[in-house]
Amino acid sequence: MNITVLAKFVPNPTGTPQLGADNLLMRDAGDGALDPGDEYGLELALQLVESQGGEVTVVTMGPDAALAGVRRALAMGAHKGVLITDPSLRGADALVTARVLAAAIARHPYDLVIAGAESTDGYTGTVPVTIAELLDIASVTAARKLELDGDGYRVERQTASGYDVLRSPSPTLVTVTAGATEPRYPSLKGIMAAKAKPVESLSAADLGVVDLTSMQSVASVLDAPAKAGGEIVTGDEAVGRIADLLQEAKVI
Amino acid sequence: MGSIWVYAGVTAEGPDPSALELLTKARSIGGDVAAVALGPGATAAADQLGAHGAATVYASDDTVFVDQPGRPAAHTLHALVQQHTPSLILFAGTYDARDVAGRLQAMTGSTLMANATDVLDATHGRTEIFGGTKIVDVELSGPEPRLVLVRPHSFAPEPAGGSSTVVPVVPVVGDGATTATVVERHSEVASGPKLEEASVVIAGGRGLGGPEPFAMLDELAAALGNAAVGASRAAVDAGWVPYSYQIGQTGKTVKPEVYISAGVSGALQHVVGMKGAKRIVAINKDADAPILKIADLGVVGDLFQIVPALTEEVRKRANS
Ligand SMILES: Cc1cc2nc3c(=O)[nH]c(=O)nc-3n(C[C@H](O)[C@H](O)[C@H](O)COP(=O)(O)OP(=O)(O)OC[C@H]3O[C@@H](n4cnc5c(N)ncnc54)[C@H](O)[C@@H]3O)c2cc1C
Ligand SMILES: Nc1ncnc2c1ncn2[C@@H]1O[C@H](COP(=O)(O)O)[C@@H](O)[C@H]1O
Repeated sequence: MNITVLAKFVPNPTGTPQLGADNLLMRDAGDGALDPGDEYGLELALQLVESQGGEVTVVTMGPDAALAGVRRALAMGAHKGVLITDPSLRGADALVTARVLAAAIARHPYDLVIAGAESTDGYTGTVPVTIAELLDIASVTAARKLELDGDGYRVERQTASGYDVLRSPSPTLVTVTAGATEPRYPSLKGIMAAKAKPVESLSAADLGVVDLTSMQSVASVLDAPAKAGGEIVTGDEAVGRIADLLQEAKVI
Repeated sequence: MGSIWVYAGVTAEGPDPSALELLTKARSIGGDVAAVALGPGATAAADQLGAHGAATVYASDDTVFVDQPGRPAAHTLHALVQQHTPSLILFAGTYDARDVAGRLQAMTGSTLMANATDVLDATHGRTEIFGGTKIVDVELSGPEPRLVLVRPHSFAPEPAGGSSTVVPVVPVVGDGATTATVVERHSEVASGPKLEEASVVIAGGRGLGGPEPFAMLDELAAALGNAAVGASRAAVDAGWVPYSYQIGQTGKTVKPEVYISAGVSGALQHVVGMKGAKRIVAINKDADAPILKIADLGVVGDLFQIVPALTEEVRKRANS
């Protein structure tokens, strides 16, 4: 089976995010990484092809530096990479991103598309379903489990009150939540092998996506009023102080 | 300006509170306000939706909308949009509504703003970034309708006392090749008050070290009465409690009278889900934990000593 995994390259997930002078998130500011939220889906994809045979293609739209993210995915075990990088895509909004990624996915046959439930830096959470609609395929979001089921898939989807089990035909797009599985670390052998794996580099024009206008612009950015520091207590008085507060709030 | 629509979540128990919040907001922006309610309970919800500002409720009680999440609702909504050309559609920021809005966007080619905390007018949304430390106003342009996903609990619902005209809607359903179907439903909610409705929310984090200590939080909740237990994503991802407990960006937004955390560090993505609490109490053994900076009462200490002692103290005070 052929699985396409969408994986984003994000600014250092543990660093402090910064806005550039143009009010866009600084994306090529040094130490970016493959979005940790996309490693869960990649891991599920690798497990599926390990048991079923087939290939995993990882697709990323991002700056030149995003090649490092694609290489990491290849080092984990993906077979091929596609990197869409184009200066005119800086500041691309969710719709442009979805159009570019959908066009990239459609170039090769696929049985399954896996994405993250939301990206660490953008957390729009809608890019994958917009892609599913553009490709006119089924989708299941917020999956915590994904298995083959005959000629389709069985997916457990998180809900506000528990989880639903869905049956989905092939091809399907599935978005995966953290906690679905434990991503592997790239092995030394994997890192070496990744260097020889093919990475296709594409521009927006290669994909026939010409309208790149973003329909959102930042009108203003303000610092939120800082919250005054509260009271800090330690030791013996702590329990009494919490109980006082609960009484003041009339919840005891 | 065309009308403002609210994509209203409904169940057999009534409209989702978020639908009433969004209608209250839509009303304040002005112009015609309508709601689109799809799924069992839609028609019955029309009275309440009307009372909160929807002059028209486009409704279908068809079960296809719950059995096949996302696609049929998006296609049905798209048919309505083509017919009535609204300027703006507000959605709640839930997984279900996201699926509908995201698919709709592919068809309308219009802009979609996620994670909004306010809607200023028909072309401006507000959001908070970097854990609420920066407030960003965003201008929306391009073809109508503009789509905005709003974080739950961003506004207080207020009835205006109006009533609505119900317009029945015919579902637009695709074939089986393009839809996923629900075959089983499982509930994992704890008994007792709901997380979003309880007066006190007690959140457990990685500092609990495993699933068993959550029993300690349950006991504190029981001693308080109108209290519910929640968790950080770290605790959920570790499998200690189900996802329905999760508070934060990808989980629930809570606004209780008192929020108490035990062993939660206070990552930005957790904080956006609880910073609206009236009073915040945080128990953490690390004096530098970020959550202590936003707490009204920060307790530096070991949760394994403090929580049981607190439960005792609450019982004592409740009985006196
Ligand atoms: C896209 C995205 C979405 C996310 N969404 C969410 C979300 O919805 N909700 C959410 O919570 N997180 C979310 N996160 C994860 C978030 O970034 C943090 O990783 C998570 O909140 C950390 O959980 P924690 O505070 O329990 O764990 P940690 O950060 O590990 O903190 C544990 C704390 O426990 C304290 N502790 C340990 N032992 C004790 C003890 N005996 N007594 C007292 N204190 C003790 C430690 O000092 C520490 O501060 C998201 C992340 C991403 C990237
Ligand atoms: N630029 C991108 N390149 C590759 N995948 C992406 C990109 N943007 C979003 N995605 C995928 O869509 C998911 C959700 O992203 P978002 O809608 O931005 O929250 C991510 O976890 C990725 O799997």
